[in-house]
Amino acid sequence: MAGAVALLVVAGCGGPGGGETLTVSAAASLTDTFTELETRFEAAHPGVEVRLNFAGSSDLAAQIVSGAPAGVFASADTAQMRQVVDAGLAAGEPRVFATNRLQIAVRPGNPEGIRGFADLTRPGLTTVVCAPQVPCGAATTRIEESTGVVLTPVSEEPDVRSVLSKVASGEADAGLVYVTDVASAGDEVDGVDVPEADTARNGYSITTIAGAEHPETAAAFVDLVRSAEGAAVFEAAGFGAP
Amino acid sequence: MTVSSHRHGVTVALPRWLWIPAGIGFALIALPVVGLIVRADLVRLPELVTSEASLAALELSLRTASASTVLCLLFGGPLAAVLARSSFPGLALVRPLVLLPLVLPPVVGGLALLYTLGRTGFAGRLLELWTGFTVPFTTVAVVLAQTFVSMPFLVVSLEGALRTAGQRYESVAATLGASPSVVFRRITLPLVLPGLGSGLVLAFARALGEFGATIAFAGSLQGTTRTLPLLVYQERETDVDAAIALSLVLVVVAVVVIAVARPRGAEGLR
Repeated sequence: MAGAVALLVVAGCGGPGGGETLTVSAAASLTDTFTELETRFEAAHPGVEVRLNFAGSSDLAAQIVSGAPAGVFASADTAQMRQVVDAGLAAGEPRVFATNRLQIAVRPGNPEGIRGFADLTRPGLTTVVCAPQVPCGAATTRIEESTGVVLTPVSEEPDVRSVLSKVASGEADAGLVYVTDVASAGDEVDGVDVPEADTARNGYSITTIAGAEHPETAAAFVDLVRSAEGAAVFEAAGFGAP
Repeated sequence: MTVSSHRHGVTVALPRWLWIPAGIGFALIALPVVGLIVRADLVRLPELVTSEASLAALELSLRTASASTVLCLLFGGPLAAVLARSSFPGLALVRPLVLLPLVLPPVVGGLALLYTLGRTGFAGRLLELWTGFTVPFTTVAVVLAQTFVSMPFLVVSLEGALRTAGQRYESVAATLGASPSVVFRRITLPLVLPGLGSGLVLAFARALGEFGATIAFAGSLQGTTRTLPLLVYQERETDVDAAIALSLVLVVVAVVVIAVARPRGAEGLR
């Protein structure tokens, strides 16, 4: 009896009474931009509460395929979106709404004097990258292939924010992250451009999920993301056009 | 009708309703393991478990867990003896601190180690200055992270055994003229060997399964810092079959370890 009550208390609480809740699962690198869009969407649609769920794209895709309730899925690359599509769970055709590219994050002032991708193989330099399973790690591998420069990182982190924090905290000399991550970190890190990264851009795609509770609301959110207003938000954060 | 259990010739009557929550408790632990076995690709299991990445992770896990257990013995053992047998002002504060890793989230432990022994930490900075060595991203970091989380297991086991054993034999030996070192070596240690043994086994098992502190402090790189739990975490979405196969390896090791520790565990952890 006491155990049943305990479970109910933990599982029970829903959103504010009378409104509808839209769950948006989005890649971690979309944190700042989607939070901004959430505010605008809720202002334009009173009674709707948007619940943002940020994680690595592969995490989110696996959750959705396993039946996690979500109305919208925004992935950092097409490979993760394909998982959801192949499972028959994408309600519409996924559309690319923004692109991103990698940059080298270094400590403020660039104390090691890193000028390009090849500098990362300098002996004594500690470089951190994303694991190849994660979109930013896959992009790193593509740059390695196109430049012929093979990195020897000291660690392959599970998500791009871990890489960023290792550089920002001073534990690593350099890390491969998105330009948008460098921008959002402000004074904590500086960015060194990688021209070859343009050939390894990530395409962010978005779709509504089949079987969502409120398909019209989900579609409206996708519309906002793909609108000119949404494009302006992404451009301001450093994303590239689709 | 009541259900009885017989221990040491005494019949104890258990109320029948106790079996229901007991059964649910058991199911909560056993069913997920069964689910793992059911989902596993048993045909491909040998091939998945012997891949290059898997073998590297397994070898690293066993090596680091063994090293951590030795460190737990060398430093946790004396610590347990001090906690059990000495008295000094502040002892009441020392014990909760020693047991802190038991309740602290492992990731928090890893971050604490990172910001102390990392390049920007006060100890790490000195270490780099004196020796040029940095701890994060090395196998040493893995061992330290594992030692941090598993030492309390050894301390609790051994301290309990020391308290239970009492000091009767030691005081007799002392009155017969033995020095404290001789007493410790020839009386105390043999007496608490079972408790020490089960403590070491538990510490080894905990070190083997450590994840949060390792990934926060040591990072993840094949052969250097990617232990078995870290490999499972990395493969869990892209190569589900491999992740489940490796998980089963950890389950089997855990079951073996606990089965070995159990006969002496009841005595040591009182």
